[in-house]
Amino acid sequence: MKTPTTQARALVFTNARLVDPASGREAAGALLVEDGVIADIGWDEPGRAGPAGAEVVDCGGRVLAPGLVDMRAFVGEPGAEHRETLKTASEAAAAGGVTTVVCMPDTDPVVDEPSIVDFLLRRARDTAVVNIHPAAALTKGLEGREMTEFGLLMEAGAVAFTDGARSVTNAQVMRRALTYARDFGALILHHTEDPDLVGSGVMNEGELASRLGLPGVPREAEIIMLERDLRLVQLTGARYHAAMVSCATSIALIERAKAEGLPVTCGVSINNLTLNESDIGDYRTFLKLSPPLRSEEDRLAVVDALARGVIDVVVSDHNPQDVETKRLPFAEAADGAVGLETMLSAGLRLVHAGHIGLARLLAAMASQPAALLGLPAGRLAAGAPADLILIDPDEPYVLDKAALHSRSKNSPFDEARLEGRVLQTFVAGRKVHDASPAS
Amino acid sequence: MTATTAPRPSFPHRHLLGIEGLSPLDITALLDMADEAVEVSRQVEKKRTTLRGRTQINLFFEPSTRTQSSFELAGKRLGADVMNMSVSSSSVKKGETLIDTAATLNAMRPDIIVVRHHAAGAVHLLARKVDCAVINAGDGAHEHPTQALLDALTIRRNKGRIEGLIVAICGDVLHSRVARSNIILLQALGARVRCVGPSTLLPSGLERFGVEVFTDMRKGLADADIVMMLRLQRERMNGSFVPSVKEYFRFFGLDREKLAYAKPDALVMHPGPMNRGVEIDSEVADGAQSLIREQVEMGVAVRMATLEALARNLPNG
Repeated sequence: MKTPTTQARALVFTNARLVDPASGREAAGALLVEDGVIADIGWDEPGRAGPAGAEVVDCGGRVLAPGLVDMRAFVGEPGAEHRETLKTASEAAAAGGVTTVVCMPDTDPVVDEPSIVDFLLRRARDTAVVNIHPAAALTKGLEGREMTEFGLLMEAGAVAFTDGARSVTNAQVMRRALTYARDFGALILHHTEDPDLVGSGVMNEGELASRLGLPGVPREAEIIMLERDLRLVQLTGARYHAAMVSCATSIALIERAKAEGLPVTCGVSINNLTLNESDIGDYRTFLKLSPPLRSEEDRLAVVDALARGVIDVVVSDHNPQDVETKRLPFAEAADGAVGLETMLSAGLRLVHAGHIGLARLLAAMASQPAALLGLPAGRLAAGAPADLILIDPDEPYVLDKAALHSRSKNSPFDEARLEGRVLQTFVAGRKVHDASPAS
Repeated sequence: MTATTAPRPSFPHRHLLGIEGLSPLDITALLDMADEAVEVSRQVEKKRTTLRGRTQINLFFEPSTRTQSSFELAGKRLGADVMNMSVSSSSVKKGETLIDTAATLNAMRPDIIVVRHHAAGAVHLLARKVDCAVINAGDGAHEHPTQALLDALTIRRNKGRIEGLIVAICGDVLHSRVARSNIILLQALGARVRCVGPSTLLPSGLERFGVEVFTDMRKGLADADIVMMLRLQRERMNGSFVPSVKEYFRFFGLDREKLAYAKPDALVMHPGPMNRGVEIDSEVADGAQSLIREQVEMGVAVRMATLEALARNLPNG
């Protein structure tokens, strides 16, 4: 698959609308790729020619931007290959313009030992078409009791620590993990949902859940866990990232913590940005998610927080589920939705609706997560990896879940009208996806 | 029946999945048909031929004595071939999913399937996978439409109307599909609905259903025309939602003293089976104001009406 040899031939993108989310710069231009990295950028020089013999990609005025960096994707490998493998996840990612994927540790076995990180990286090298970086477990076996070997796991290549879809409920365990993580500069990603308050809840608590006769998940399940964590961050000084916030009160908490100067960042799922609880309609299990889809007021609050920069990162929360775990009554169905392939198109809804600029959206989907993870990707700059996407932000299409590259088809956007798609994706200068017309 | 009978009010639905989505006209049409079915059931010759040749399957994923036997009797009185299937949770655990079960039954070409399931929305899911008419006999805490219809029929026959009545629904509203269906139906027909219970047993956002919410039984019952009690499941009695049976009965059990706050001619209802001494005192349950036994009779009539209304919309109906 991905060849370890460097690109012999230079590659020039001409007539591009360059968007660099890291600097916010947006202009017509040309970009030169050599040896898998960005060699030179011709801002305001869309016609600038490359060296003799270089391959030329005429962008036709369309957007050329850094590939997306998705901080939260569940991949079934190892243990649930029937749902997704690193290969199929990476193909889905390439089709969606995601060139770097951080895979979650809730696999079987759990990614809580350096040897499993090593396995994932080797497997990704041999089978995946995009960059894969494992997040390792925060606690052994994701059991919330004993911390993992942060130092050794980081040496093996883990980029962050998280218990995936689980929250660490024991405050003492969390405190020690944060304290120890600070010494290694490790980044902690935490899913903030108090499992006792979630209880048997399956959707946002409120009128709609009550009408459907479904037990609700109160916003306080997220808020209380987040408030506790923020106090522990104040106590320990560790780098803390709330994986996915979903409601207005959480935004206010994050905003206050940032104002206090705490080393805190947060993410939001593309689903909570673009869908709300009403989309569940007649018990659509593809919209059963954790955190649950909230009210329209909450959705607008997270969109606003993204536009104002309070939210740092947008994630796909890609979670492939097969038919058998989704074709069940709502309360019995598994949580999760696939998202790698639709994250950008769905995010562009916010751009087209005028909520947010394209560069700001791409910052939250590329440059900011890369910076948090300490990766060189996510920017248009000489020396950065040539992980690039060519986008037509206006091309309309209707999503057909059968056409998804992911092994699982549980997309909440099935049959949705979307506007804007990825035409070509490059990883280290090599084309890994091409949806442009044959002409 | 045949084309020569007088035109009847039409019921333009393929399934009865809930009261939600029914118009007041739909509801009234079913109640009028049920009134006729009451007369049929009171004759010596109770058998009709409306559903002759039709197959009705009662598919119960949750045990139920009264609802299942009520549907069975209703089907048989209309001449249908009725088959009861009780799917215990253990056989579901053997791997067959709800959708597998639906596909299997569908292949047997039934005309009507009556379904009860412990999960909200399960009956909707099943209805999408079969070709026949589906009746919801209770899905989780979502809806139980024939119970609400039989309650409405009972009220209408005793009070002569539903519009303008004050109906107090009391007890475990949170887990009750009966309460949800009744709230929607009674409001559609113009009743003033109240919900009364401890806050731990009231669903979030209840006031947005358009009901008045009370946590004090005496205030909630003041001037009520109808007092509708709900069953409290045994596992919810001891500390999880309410501290104890003793405390629940003291504050939320319907006894003669609390009933005195309602109108003097107030009537008492309960969907059954009753927990005597938990949500209702025997003296009240068996007293002159109680409609509880009549509700059971109306249950058969309402189910006959529902089966007949849906059968008319079947192919060759």
